[in-house]
Amino acid sequence: MNVTLLFLAVIGAIVAWWMAGQRLTSKPWLEASPVQTATGLDDHPPVPTIKIGLYVFLGVVGAVFSLFISAYFMRMASSDWWGMPVPRLLWVNTALIAASSAALQWAKNEARHGRMENLRPALAAALLLATLFLIGQIEAWRELNTAGYVLTDNPANSFFYMLTGLHGLHILGGLAVAGRTTLRAFAADIPSAQLRLSVDLCTVYFHFMLAVWLILFALFAGWANDFVDLCRQLLS
Amino acid sequence: MVEIPAGSADAVPAAEVEDMDLYHPKSWWTKYVFSQDAKIIAVQYSVTAIAIGLVALVLSWLMRLQLAFPGTFAFIDADHYYQFITMHGMIMVVYLLTALFLGGFGNYLIPLMVGARDMVFPYANMLSYWIYLIAVLILAAGFFAPGGPTGAGWTLYPPQAVLSGTPGGQDWGILLMLSSLIVFIIGFTMGGLNYVVTVLQGRARGMTLMRMPLTVWGIFTATVMALLAFPALFVACVMMLFDRLLGTSFFMPAIVEMGTQLQHGGGSPILFQHLFWFFGHPEVYIVALPAFGIVSDLISTHARKNIFGYRMMVWAIVIIAALSFVVWAHHMYVSGMNPAFGFFFATTTLIIAVPTAIKVYNWVLTLWRGDIHLTLPMLFALAFIVTFVNGGLTGLFLGNVVVDVPLSDTMFVVAHFHMVMGVAPILVVFGAIYHWYPKVTGRMLNEVLGHIHYWVTFLGAYLIFFPMHYLGLLGVPRRYYEIGETSFVPPSAHTLNIFITVMALVVGAAQVVFLFNLIWSLFRGREAGGNPWRATTLEWQTPQTPPAHGNWGKELPVVYRWAYDYSVPGAPEDFIPQTQPATGGVTREVTA
Repeated sequence: MNVTLLFLAVIGAIVAWWMAGQRLTSKPWLEASPVQTATGLDDHPPVPTIKIGLYVFLGVVGAVFSLFISAYFMRMASSDWWGMPVPRLLWVNTALIAASSAALQWAKNEARHGRMENLRPALAAALLLATLFLIGQIEAWRELNTAGYVLTDNPANSFFYMLTGLHGLHILGGLAVAGRTTLRAFAADIPSAQLRLSVDLCTVYFHFMLAVWLILFALFAGWANDFVDLCRQLLS
Repeated sequence: MVEIPAGSADAVPAAEVEDMDLYHPKSWWTKYVFSQDAKIIAVQYSVTAIAIGLVALVLSWLMRLQLAFPGTFAFIDADHYYQFITMHGMIMVVYLLTALFLGGFGNYLIPLMVGARDMVFPYANMLSYWIYLIAVLILAAGFFAPGGPTGAGWTLYPPQAVLSGTPGGQDWGILLMLSSLIVFIIGFTMGGLNYVVTVLQGRARGMTLMRMPLTVWGIFTATVMALLAFPALFVACVMMLFDRLLGTSFFMPAIVEMGTQLQHGGGSPILFQHLFWFFGHPEVYIVALPAFGIVSDLISTHARKNIFGYRMMVWAIVIIAALSFVVWAHHMYVSGMNPAFGFFFATTTLIIAVPTAIKVYNWVLTLWRGDIHLTLPMLFALAFIVTFVNGGLTGLFLGNVVVDVPLSDTMFVVAHFHMVMGVAPILVVFGAIYHWYPKVTGRMLNEVLGHIHYWVTFLGAYLIFFPMHYLGLLGVPRRYYEIGETSFVPPSAHTLNIFITVMALVVGAAQVVFLFNLIWSLFRGREAGGNPWRATTLEWQTPQTPPAHGNWGKELPVVYRWAYDYSVPGAPEDFIPQTQPATGGVTREVTA
């Protein structure tokens, strides 16, 4: 459960940092006072509510994946585990999802500067690349399956299919939202504040999913194991 | 005595809160059924949770009947007994308590108490309820599925949970249970996002975090915990579904069942236990923290005194939440773990007693020399303190490895967790319903019926669970369908079992009085008015009772003070609502 505890420590640090700014040591029973207005005190505009919602949601998704990864390491400790080869296709897929993320980042910049003519192709490219990533993942499944690495053969295989599947489902969900945003971008003439926010949210989500994928990929390729071994040696 | 000037520099600048665009229902359906109004959703959550909770109550009766009169009832065979245990436990913990505290009270109280018009994502909030309802229906479908519901115990330990020897293991039972939990978690996440983000973003002007009522603190912190803990159950359920349906071996070791070697091999049942209890222990506090918060408000309001040590109460809630994530393996002392781990987890477990004890002392000190009104909410709050202390103390015993190992599989554990996370939170639920029913419906609950309900429930619960400690110390095992002849269980234990069963039937029946009161008072109860308890918090200051759509009329409330200005010296009344501005200076006692 070390991975999970590490994840929780990160979350805990964020919570602690946030709470440190909330005057938890104030004495509310002494503060019978009229409300002071916030004008002039807040220099930067407040974070939109929906964005906070997305961050909290990503926290939950992060918890799910870190728990799966914890389970992965704990299950790996038993003797019947033997790793599976990483199909070369996964490298291509990694490039695709990274490119998709980059395209969204581009879209975000274009939206901020109000350049619709660039925003549309950027969003479309991101959608296309993410879709290609999903197709590539399914192709990788088929490749492994025909090579005899079936789901039930070995826990390493089981984890591979389960985790890529779960990650794929999250990408699929992201695609649905990104698709709606793209449609809106093609229907609108100028990037409204709402459209900009949507693009922004999609970017955050896909960056997060890219990070999750990179960690999973490191796990499947076995580098994560070397890293964990190194940590263990440092600890002991 | 010091003079605190109006507009003291200590005041925290309030965030500007924009009026949100509310969804305005256009038809009866969108107003009362597919409603996006948190207040309606709260009632929907509560009614559903109580309905499925009643099923669990009847299941507990059936179990008790078997334990007191083994073999008398033909329809309770061993399989059914285990199915009743499993469903009783899972329903009570997840589908009743979690859903009621967070989905029910959370939805009703958070927007009203922080001064918001509604939750921040009303649509997701509505979906959350309907997904919860689907989860409940999937769970209940187990009773009608071939082979019946699962009988694996509420902990669903593999490998037995998916083997044919366990009821529902190779039938529909375990599948329905696992999928119901997965659906529940998805639905809860939608609601949970709302509760957290509403507290973060939806607070009225002037409502700083340290001016929030402890109820909101409790529900808020519990939701954050739930959002981080439920994923563990989700992961465990998904992996077990894979094992059961697709033949993987995450949890399943090599095993011979009925003479045939199964396809599984190498899996780790302990891995499941880690995942389950990583959810399971925080779950105890997911239920307890809202109860802590609510009981603080009930005590303060009905003792007409500010809560003692408000800051400590807030910090204790946060510390308990953090600690509860590093104690999970104290449920696994008997799983053959490394003794060093046992020592670690025993230590963290006992440390939790410190913030918890702070809370108990603060409740008692709030009562100290207060103007105690023995109203029904106060009676239930007092009952909670006593019960929680009782259940908590046996928790200190069980937190120690050497004490836990012999007691782990006895009725002592049943007595412990029923006191601390069964009876105690349920007493708060009752207290909270007696307290807020006037706001929800505009009418008071009947006092006489309430007192009957209170005394039978409170005393009866003790008569049920106190003797169980003794049975546990004798060595009477838990989870056994029938004890039979043993050398160490005296015949008197059997008499005691009959007594417990009779009390369980009586206490269960007393809940009918409560249900009758809920329905009868809806039509015939005394008119409550806007603020029958003369309370300070925002929900009692709404322009209409019950609060209308949008809660606050044209203007959002502005908060000028904390939630506990009761019996302020020099004030004309013994309470000052949070919305009341300071006029000139307020004189009050300051202990530096």
